Amino acid sequence: MSRLRVVGLRFRGFGPFDLAVEAGGCLGLFGPSGAGKSLMLRAIADLDPHEGEVFLDDTPASTLEGPAWRRRVGLLPAESRWWTDRVGAQFPAGGRDWLDPLGLPADALDWEIRRLSTGERQRFALARLLGNRPEALLLDEPTSSLDPENVERMERVLHGYREETGAALVWVSHDRGQLERVADTRRLVRDGRLHDLEAAMG
Amino acid sequence: MIRLSAVDLSIAAGLIVILAILTVRMQLGMTRSLLVASARTTVQLLLLGLVLREVFAQQRLVWIGLMALVMLLAAGREVMARQERRLGGWWGFGVGTTSMFLSSFAVALLALLAMVGPTPWYDPQYAIPLLGMLLGNTMNGIALALDRLTDSTWEQREMIEQRLMLGSTRGEAIGTIRRASIRSGMIPIVNAMAAAGIVSLPGMMTGQILAGAPPMEAVKYQILIMFLIASGSGFGTVAAVALASRRLFDDRHRLRLDRLRGGRVTSG
Repeated sequence: MSRLRVVGLRFRGFGPFDLAVEAGGCLGLFGPSGAGKSLMLRAIADLDPHEGEVFLDDTPASTLEGPAWRRRVGLLPAESRWWTDRVGAQFPAGGRDWLDPLGLPADALDWEIRRLSTGERQRFALARLLGNRPEALLLDEPTSSLDPENVERMERVLHGYREETGAALVWVSHDRGQLERVADTRRLVRDGRLHDLEAAMG
Repeated sequence: MIRLSAVDLSIAAGLIVILAILTVRMQLGMTRSLLVASARTTVQLLLLGLVLREVFAQQRLVWIGLMALVMLLAAGREVMARQERRLGGWWGFGVGTTSMFLSSFAVALLALLAMVGPTPWYDPQYAIPLLGMLLGNTMNGIALALDRLTDSTWEQREMIEQRLMLGSTRGEAIGTIRRASIRSGMIPIVNAMAAAGIVSLPGMMTGQILAGAPPMEAVKYQILIMFLIASGSGFGTVAAVALASRRLFDDRHRLRLDRLRGGRVTSG
């Protein structure tokens, strides 16, 4: 059960941003391309230099080593990368439990990376990330390359994960309907600031 | 030893002129660089000859130290110039130069004191050629390894960051690239040792034989030099890659490609 809190986050000319996601909650981020949504997720995961502080409950990111922070605050990028030929070689033990719920067969770990479709890669990437048991999840358009059936699967898996573990989710999407399904609060990222999505766009 | 006259050198220079005419005819676009390089070789080596004549005559440690320093700085500049992408600021020059200093000077010192043993130990007839060969080869290894390191890191930045996202440390995230870079820095000398005496006649040994040294003496020196060069460039490469790959990340284990300068201006 962890609450994610961002205070005065500034990076590459964007911000300051303040936001908080309760344990087990999901914040939806919507906004035009180039508004800094992906960069914000990278800054929260501490992959880019930034000002401001991010807290997991009362633990500031700066008191943990970078890798320890990133295992607790997991970022799922829009495009996942792989560094071995087969899926299994880079899979944490816990990641296997998520294959079936994501519609991937058990022998899928023997599959070759280069033969996967974009959608399969996306689902493998989520299973790989969940294998770390992160306490907060930063999702950058997690379902952008999936067919409707798998979009539903992924939404269900992520919902189950936050119910079960109390993880805090930040979900970036270009699909407003999806954010209305998955997120309990929604924000519009525009002009380097956060706006209430419903108030700003009706 | 048979002394060469100006006429001998002029005949050799004539070959270069013929080659230059050929490159013009074939439109190779390298006539200019061929001629400039030939001129540089002549001028630089003549100057070196003058300097060495003085240094040998004086036998003073200060002069030998100064010359070693100049060689080191020139090698450091060369390492930097050979990288397409290099670390910005002092690091671009410092990483290669520091590593060469540590490995080449330490190995040269060890060789002078413990193996060759001239009197005085800094006798320039031994110290300068030894250091020169060590620096030259270490420079090659380090330049190759650093170029590979920065280039591969740039090419594979997304993969490195993906590993960081999953909680890998900087060492784990760049480990494969680091090992490949060290290997590519060490391959030339390993190949040279494997081919020595069968495919190629090493330059130093050839020189000694031309100067009238007994072949077996020349061979022993060559073996010694090969081992010194291999260890010097091996240790130097490991040090340079360790320093540079550390600098590519910060204390938060973030990949910091903003610390790299340069890159390909044109493709191919």
